[in-house]
Amino acid sequence: MQRIGVFVCHCGTNIAATVDVKAVAEALKFEPGVVVSTEYQYMCSEAGQSLIKDAIRDHRLTGVVICSCSPRMHEATFRKTAAAAGLNPYMVEIANIREQVSWIHKDVAEATEKAIILGRAAIAKVHLNAPLTAGESPVTKRALVIGGGIAGIQTALDIADAGFEVDIVEKEPTIGGKMTQLDKTFPTLDCAACILTPKMVDCAQHEKVRIFSYSEVEDVKGFVGNFSVTIKKKARYVDELKCTGCGLCTEKCPQKKVPNAFNLGLDNRRAIYIPFAQAVPKVATIDADYCTMLKSGKCGVCSKVCTAGAIDYQQKDTFVEEKYGAIVVATGFNPIKLDAYEEYGYSQSKDVITSLELERLMNAAGPNGGTLLRPSDKTHPHTIVFVQCVGSRCDDGKGKSYCSKICCMYTAKHAMLIREKYPDTEVYVFYIDVRTPGKNFDEFYRRAVEEYGVHYVKGMVGKVLPEPDGTLTVRASDLIEGKQLRLSADLVVLAAAIEPDKTARPLATKLTASMDTNDFFTEAHPKLRPVESPTAGIFLSGACQGPKDIPETVSQASAAAAKVIGLLAKDKLTCNPCVAHSDEMLCNGCSSCEKVCPYGAITYSDKEFRGPNRTTLIRRVASVNEAVCQGCGACTVACPSGAMDLKGFSNSQIMAEVDAICK
Amino acid sequence: MQESMKQKALALLADGTVDRVLGWKKGDFVYDVTPAVFESTEEVERDFTFSVFCGSNLSKYLVKESRKEGKILVFFKPCDAYSFAQLLKEHRVIREKVYAVGIECYGKADIDKLRDKTGATVIHSVGEANGTLTVRCFGGKEHTVPLYDVLLEKCESCKSKKHPVYDELLGDEGEVVDDCNRFDSVAKLEAMTPDERYEFWRGELSRCIRCNACRNVCPACTCEKCIFDNDASGVAQKAAADSFEENMFHIIRAFHVVGRCTDCGECSRVCPQQIPLHLLNRKFIKDINELYGEYQAGADPDTRPPLVNYNTGDVEPSIVYERGGKENG
Repeated sequence: MQRIGVFVCHCGTNIAATVDVKAVAEALKFEPGVVVSTEYQYMCSEAGQSLIKDAIRDHRLTGVVICSCSPRMHEATFRKTAAAAGLNPYMVEIANIREQVSWIHKDVAEATEKAIILGRAAIAKVHLNAPLTAGESPVTKRALVIGGGIAGIQTALDIADAGFEVDIVEKEPTIGGKMTQLDKTFPTLDCAACILTPKMVDCAQHEKVRIFSYSEVEDVKGFVGNFSVTIKKKARYVDELKCTGCGLCTEKCPQKKVPNAFNLGLDNRRAIYIPFAQAVPKVATIDADYCTMLKSGKCGVCSKVCTAGAIDYQQKDTFVEEKYGAIVVATGFNPIKLDAYEEYGYSQSKDVITSLELERLMNAAGPNGGTLLRPSDKTHPHTIVFVQCVGSRCDDGKGKSYCSKICCMYTAKHAMLIREKYPDTEVYVFYIDVRTPGKNFDEFYRRAVEEYGVHYVKGMVGKVLPEPDGTLTVRASDLIEGKQLRLSADLVVLAAAIEPDKTARPLATKLTASMDTNDFFTEAHPKLRPVESPTAGIFLSGACQGPKDIPETVSQASAAAAKVIGLLAKDKLTCNPCVAHSDEMLCNGCSSCEKVCPYGAITYSDKEFRGPNRTTLIRRVASVNEAVCQGCGACTVACPSGAMDLKGFSNSQIMAEVDAICK
Repeated sequence: MQESMKQKALALLADGTVDRVLGWKKGDFVYDVTPAVFESTEEVERDFTFSVFCGSNLSKYLVKESRKEGKILVFFKPCDAYSFAQLLKEHRVIREKVYAVGIECYGKADIDKLRDKTGATVIHSVGEANGTLTVRCFGGKEHTVPLYDVLLEKCESCKSKKHPVYDELLGDEGEVVDDCNRFDSVAKLEAMTPDERYEFWRGELSRCIRCNACRNVCPACTCEKCIFDNDASGVAQKAAADSFEENMFHIIRAFHVVGRCTDCGECSRVCPQQIPLHLLNRKFIKDINELYGEYQAGADPDTRPPLVNYNTGDVEPSIVYERGGKENG
């Protein structure tokens, strides 16, 4: 029989306000095996931990049950406490009476009863616990960064500067991401390209950084310190090593009617292209959807003009497998599609554009060479209306419930730049609220209003109607004046909400990293571990975790890098001893467990067993490589005969918990 | 067919290709044939039989037989071959030790149905010609009945006449049955309200005497030690708290064979209480088909069963809500 101590935590009033902690401690005193049961205000504090240590020594405890917050929060803390008092750390069980009880119940009697039941379940489990010893596994000292935008670039450079190898996987032909499409950046108004492209070049030239452009993550296996990743290098039909980036092919290609994705379709490019002049790597790519040679086998102009002989129409997707110790997700964002916002006339008029399209229109490398002209008739717009929160802060189910965070600032920037360059233009901004927290942000916005005379109108735009004369009638409300407005505009700019890139969801599945309902990656702890995924070894950088502007993205990117460096600096990681093991006498050799194991930890071999009547039987049985097993438990569920079991979470332990709850 | 099978067995025994033959043995009556292993040409000559009553699935015997010395010849109807293929996939049978001969099949007869349809009592012999059975009784009376009317349930809803695996075929190679009606019976159950369905199963399962015949015959139930016999499992030898707990045996068993059950129908065929156990398995097969795409256990040696496979397109567990799981509570 175990000698069990029960320790009920008040968590200040977090638990104690809803759960009668004294009653819980009192009730659990009479459970089998419990020799001491007590409560304390903060079990995790120095004093609380001493109380546990003293009880372990004084009562010669063999098992400890802590009724407190989620084990995700403090299981490690209390395991250390037990170890310090000479008890095997795996003889500690947590009953989560905070997240699972006090935070979700209001009625004290109900909550107290549930807390007692959860305590009982933990006690029932401790009875079957056995001491476990953790092993060690080596760390592959190399990191993978998925996404080559400013977030990925910064993370990669920081990790590389610390002396570790980094690979960047970027799905587009060049790194740089969204920032390459921006014109100026707030609040300093320096040009995006001027501050980004040097970093892109740094990446290309850094001896520790490798760039897989036009590539995607195909498969991820393994675990923290030992990931094995298959990278798909998509066929670009150009030999990267031979192409010099001279751009001759992109001028000679006869297929001229390809919408230029880099300029968001505002102009055309050729079927073979380099997205922009400062692309890294500066290598041409053939767009297979438009190339006549690839589609019909007739053309071959690019191949003829290429002096380097880099064109290869036979190129196929190739796959490389690489090993990494850590993976950083930096998949970034996209503006939402505006199909659900027909009232703004985006699909009806070329002169209703998104803010990102405006960035291209104003950019010197954009379709108009930096002169702001209406897309429809290339005339100078005299009245411009900005609509804020298009799809952001929406409760109607059409858009996103969250604030996209960057729109208030970039709209102030756009308004200011336009007023600066074209003083004869009237600029209206329709907003719900103007949100400008951040260093020098509110000053920036006030400058737009006070110095540049931008008309900020509190109220939303109800409808944008294209008129036959080419103008746009904007109907809106002015909530402060309390009146309806009717404006005739030449250009309407929609601040579309931003959302995580579509590749993020399938990637999260491959990484077993969790996401929220908006497909933003979830951090391990919103305050204390904001750049780590709950999945060990997966780190988060940039807008994949939530809407962010550039300064914030870069800070988070460096923070993620710091965490990765901290991991890669270690030679060995302590393994989780809660691993699977197989009872060979029950094993059928059916391979179900081997098939479901995501870590490749299970192997089969033929072994000799004693059969009846002094015979020898040869049977195929499973064995688990404990250094590779991560204790996910998939095999224990798949095993038809119950031969597979998980140390620390055995079938019998879980059944004991269920029985205790149902008693 | 019996004669060509017998000649095949004799020839392969004689030339040393195989050391034993797994087939069917004559019984006291024409309809009580039993699976048997024949170790010599004499035994084959004397006892080997094949008839419209050879409905039993021989594949499971190979778990033990293929681990013995020497090679064994086995005769498979198409449905048996599916079970064999599934056992191969699970590494339960050693392929090199088995010489599999596929035999064509047009359905096997259910003796109870035969008696009901013809009124025959003391049956002397049954002849089969062109899909018609001629029953001769000891008193000299003769009855005829179309085979179609007296098929075993599993043959009525035959899914395939094709052998997924074999070394040699006797007779014609068949095809997968396209218009198989086997899920009609499941659809009927699905159309019931949860209460009606519960009552239906309580009624059926209440007849269970826990003879374990279904488990013992099932080619998917080949565990070294069945959890129902494993004292450490917590369910073996456990006194049932109520009659429903007793019924759970069949539900647990259905879960254990899910994704591996080839729908060979042996569980229902051998049940002495006529419980339609195959419906439980078939419901799972139908669900798998609907949720993960068509999958037939034992149809091929390579594909992964959907429940031990994962791809990013797999349904989320919340699918149960869309399918009325809430209502079923």
